[in-house]
Amino acid sequence: MITIYIDNQPHQIREGQNLLAACLSLGFDLPYFCWHPAMHSVGACRQCAVKQFKDENDQRGKIVMACMTPATEGVRISIDDPEARAFRSTVIEWLMVNHPHDCPVCDEGGECHLQDMTVMTGHNYRRFRFKKRTHVNQNLGPFVNHEMNRCIQCYRCVRFYRDYAGGLDFNVFGAHDSVYFGRQTSGILEGEFSGNLVEVCPTGVFTDKTFKKHYTRKWDLATAPSVCIHCSVGCNIIIGARYGRIRRVLNRFNSQINGYFICDRGRYGYEHILSEKRLHGSRIRENGGHKELRTNEEILRHLTPLIDGKRFIGVGSPRATLESNFALQTLVGTENFFHGVPDRDHALVERVISITKMDPTLTPSLDQVKNCDAILILGEDISETAPMLALAVRRAVMDEPRRHLAPKYQLPLWQDQALQEVTQNKPGPLFLATIGKTRLDNLATHRLSAHPEELSHFGFALAHAIDPAAPDAGETSAEMESCVKSIKEALLAARNPLLISGTGLGHAALIEAAANIARALRHQGKNAYLDFVLPHCNSMGLGLLGGRPLSHALEMVSQVDGIIILENEISRSFSSSRTNQFLGAAKTIINLDIMQTPTSDIATLSIPVASYAESEGTLVNQEGRAQRFYRVVPENPNLRESWSWLVEMMALIKNQPERLGKTPHEITTKLAQVNPIFAPLLSLVSWGSETQKIPRESHRASGRTAMTADISVHEPKPADDPGSPLAFSMEGCHGDVPGNLLPRYWSPGWNSVQSLAKFQDEVGGPLRQENPGRRLFESTGNPIKNYFAVSEKIKKNNHGRWQVVPLYHVFGSDELSAAGAAISERIPDPYIAISAKDAAQLNLLENSRIRLIADREQFERPVKIISSLPAGLVGVPMGLPGMPYVEPGTIVDLIAIPDHRDNEK
Amino acid sequence: MLSELEKNEIGEVLAHALPGQDMSIDVLAIVQKHRGWISDEAVIDISACLGTTPSNVDSVASFYNLIYRKPVGDHVILLCDSISCWVMGYPTIRGHIEKRLGITFGRTTADNRFTLLPVACLGACDLGPAMMIGETLFTKLDEEKIDHILKEHGWQP
Ligand code: SF4
Ligand code: SF4
Ligand code: FES
Ligand code: FES
Repeated sequence: MITIYIDNQPHQIREGQNLLAACLSLGFDLPYFCWHPAMHSVGACRQCAVKQFKDENDQRGKIVMACMTPATEGVRISIDDPEARAFRSTVIEWLMVNHPHDCPVCDEGGECHLQDMTVMTGHNYRRFRFKKRTHVNQNLGPFVNHEMNRCIQCYRCVRFYRDYAGGLDFNVFGAHDSVYFGRQTSGILEGEFSGNLVEVCPTGVFTDKTFKKHYTRKWDLATAPSVCIHCSVGCNIIIGARYGRIRRVLNRFNSQINGYFICDRGRYGYEHILSEKRLHGSRIRENGGHKELRTNEEILRHLTPLIDGKRFIGVGSPRATLESNFALQTLVGTENFFHGVPDRDHALVERVISITKMDPTLTPSLDQVKNCDAILILGEDISETAPMLALAVRRAVMDEPRRHLAPKYQLPLWQDQALQEVTQNKPGPLFLATIGKTRLDNLATHRLSAHPEELSHFGFALAHAIDPAAPDAGETSAEMESCVKSIKEALLAARNPLLISGTGLGHAALIEAAANIARALRHQGKNAYLDFVLPHCNSMGLGLLGGRPLSHALEMVSQVDGIIILENEISRSFSSSRTNQFLGAAKTIINLDIMQTPTSDIATLSIPVASYAESEGTLVNQEGRAQRFYRVVPENPNLRESWSWLVEMMALIKNQPERLGKTPHEITTKLAQVNPIFAPLLSLVSWGSETQKIPRESHRASGRTAMTADISVHEPKPADDPGSPLAFSMEGCHGDVPGNLLPRYWSPGWNSVQSLAKFQDEVGGPLRQENPGRRLFESTGNPIKNYFAVSEKIKKNNHGRWQVVPLYHVFGSDELSAAGAAISERIPDPYIAISAKDAAQLNLLENSRIRLIADREQFERPVKIISSLPAGLVGVPMGLPGMPYVEPGTIVDLIAIPDHRDNEK
Repeated sequence: MLSELEKNEIGEVLAHALPGQDMSIDVLAIVQKHRGWISDEAVIDISACLGTTPSNVDSVASFYNLIYRKPVGDHVILLCDSISCWVMGYPTIRGHIEKRLGITFGRTTADNRFTLLPVACLGACDLGPAMMIGETLFTKLDEEKIDHILKEHGWQP
């Protein structure tokens, strides 16, 4: 700790910060634009000026930029100094010269950093009387709206999009007072982190295009802390709603996971809730037709004869909460509870769980990933399956050279521009061993493109090279041998080497090979990490609950009275023929889901349920971190949470044990009591007070008394939310609440997302009382010594047939987000991918048609030629709308379909 | 498409440097020398031969005043609007040129003969007001001198 003097008052701060960060951490209101807690200082905007004095006798001092000046022991500055104040208000006057002053029609209005800073500096009278420069805006695609005239040239957007997230299709153009931030030509912003521009830009240049469709000012949005459900990373988000309608998603800070950013799948995926495919009414099949069931009583009346005294099996879901899965498991019994995922995924998730359990200290948080100094990715295309993990990897790789060059040049780590110069943006060690190209390729020190078997073979060989006690993989090609050697050296030279793999390729040996490498590195005394990507937001939770593989349900279905399917589309786990076989054999299908799916279409009874924004529950992310999310809108009696229907059913079925509970809180408590692995959840759901709840509405929410005035002038009682720490109200505990329960970031004078700093003890650090979720695995204290045996040999020849490898798309592979309007515009058309070599052999051109024939499945799609794909593999995009499920590793035939158009010519 | 001549000249410059965004200015200057300006298509061609993105090339191209991203006339008049020249009567000179040519800053005459652009200091501050056409510097401008220079460059009253 060091002492600095601000306006002659001493303050204790941590060493190594800049003055702006220090002032903000101490709670001072010092205006700034270009500095960002995650992107640090460039000194571009000149807004953060303060007066610095040589010593206590110095009366004159000099103006310095706080964000560019180190806060060193004894430094004396003044924020209040009249000259510094005048300087700051002049700067903002310049920055605003061309600003259109169009707050009333600007989506940023009311949560605008520029508004806040303008008020803070006291620049409140406009003197500029000349013509303003104007720009032509661009159509940047479905996610981000562009209104360039509002720009104040702080450069945060390019610094985020290009420097931080590595995007290429965005830039800054022009010079002096005509600087333009956008694409070279109008068109879709392709980077999967583009939505962060909305929060990064301190003005209304970049705003959320989906929010525009149902816009509401920030103060009128009811908000609640939630968790993203679109991949296994589990980023934290804030969902906003008004009049019961979900309107937008913003990042929610979690120091251990996503920090200041989220990906576009997470930001825009919410639109599935508003999609036409959303189920609203219950339907029962009767006499060959459908009957709509309008009330809960009516549903119950029809439900009773269906289930009373009957034997059901249940299909759980990796995208439903722990609570709902637990309710289903309890309802049908563990022996009748099946995981609604492909058997292969089921086995892989179990493997990952057992590895993680054995030594949880191996698993890094996303924040720890950022500090790893050599990374090997084995098999998983993380840019598509876990975008924020890919961003953390990018940061780790770009920051590694900074971390070791900064001391040499005596540069603090927040000197962003200087460090870019010093490192020349050369990335640190990153090794990719995947089947084809990925979006991290341009950072890779070395990349290996090979068959899944070759990749795991390589992994085993590497583990053996690092620790000879690890089993030998056997013969290795010369190319791979040299690869093994150089990667081994890089990993051993690192302090925190990181291995990343996952379930994406559907290949167990890869996971074991990755575990061997990480363990071998630990044997060599390295603080190695091992991270696995899982298929869905709650794959880990479902796996931990226990249950049987889905194929066993196929055998059982004809022996029972029916299936209860929880938030699951069966055809995503089974081939079409098996799906038909399974559902066809069921006497009764009770389907609980958010969206209309092929399964809901044929269900005997289809009951629509609440989406994540409309429920409270727990998800367990890929690191084993349980996180709680809260409903944003009051319960809609027609869209209850799945567990609540399952609890109803329990009461209906005779001889059922006691009810699980009436609130999510009670169900979670029950789960924590009956299943020891979930015991830590108790601490996650405890909240001291039923009377002092946290209001979801801001204290400025308008219209409360007018909203229903057309019906009655009496203001309705706010909806209840028993057991929850949050209330549907404007009143309650606005003050110091645990960081993970903050429904919004707001502080007097700080209306924008920048107000987040007011909830941290140190800007960029954890929130006060953060409680960033609970890791469910406790370290046993005994590091694992043994290794997985090398499980398979490389199959060299498929004899003129092809091996299926799954390919993923950040926009498209996730079921729910793909149903959102904006994201659906970004989904690629279905295709079948083959290598350039195979395409030549089959005489196929891009987009010519090809038929894939597997044992239980065949279909025709246009060809996509991927030159980086090894020959002998056929890439099948997973989960893309219009693509059936094909099991990874299946050996299939491909037949070129003659092009009829050619014949016509 | 870059011409053979352009390609050769670019090849010569690149032979002594690493390709990439850093070489944009040199290559842009070559192409502009041959064509007078840089079209959108030229930006794409240049980015291809530098192995970088069009946006990287355009970011450089649009930064420099003297790289023209729009067609210009036969003669580009660069009139200094910086402080010394301002003091020495730049506003009058500007008004006069604009009146004579019937165009404002950033425009080209209908006959495509002149483009008028501002420039920040020509290094002739002691001799202001100053302007430049092609490689020639004109100093101590007054209205008469302007008329004379314009006529010399093909302006007809
Ligand atoms: S667009 Fe926004 S973020 Fe980018 S420079 Fe302008 S004000 Fe800053
Ligand atoms: S990385 Fe995954 S969890 Fe995070 S925002 Fe994106 S989809 Fe959601
Ligand atoms: S915040 Fe310090 S110069 Fe921009
Ligand atoms: S100010 Fe005009 S030439 Fe320098």
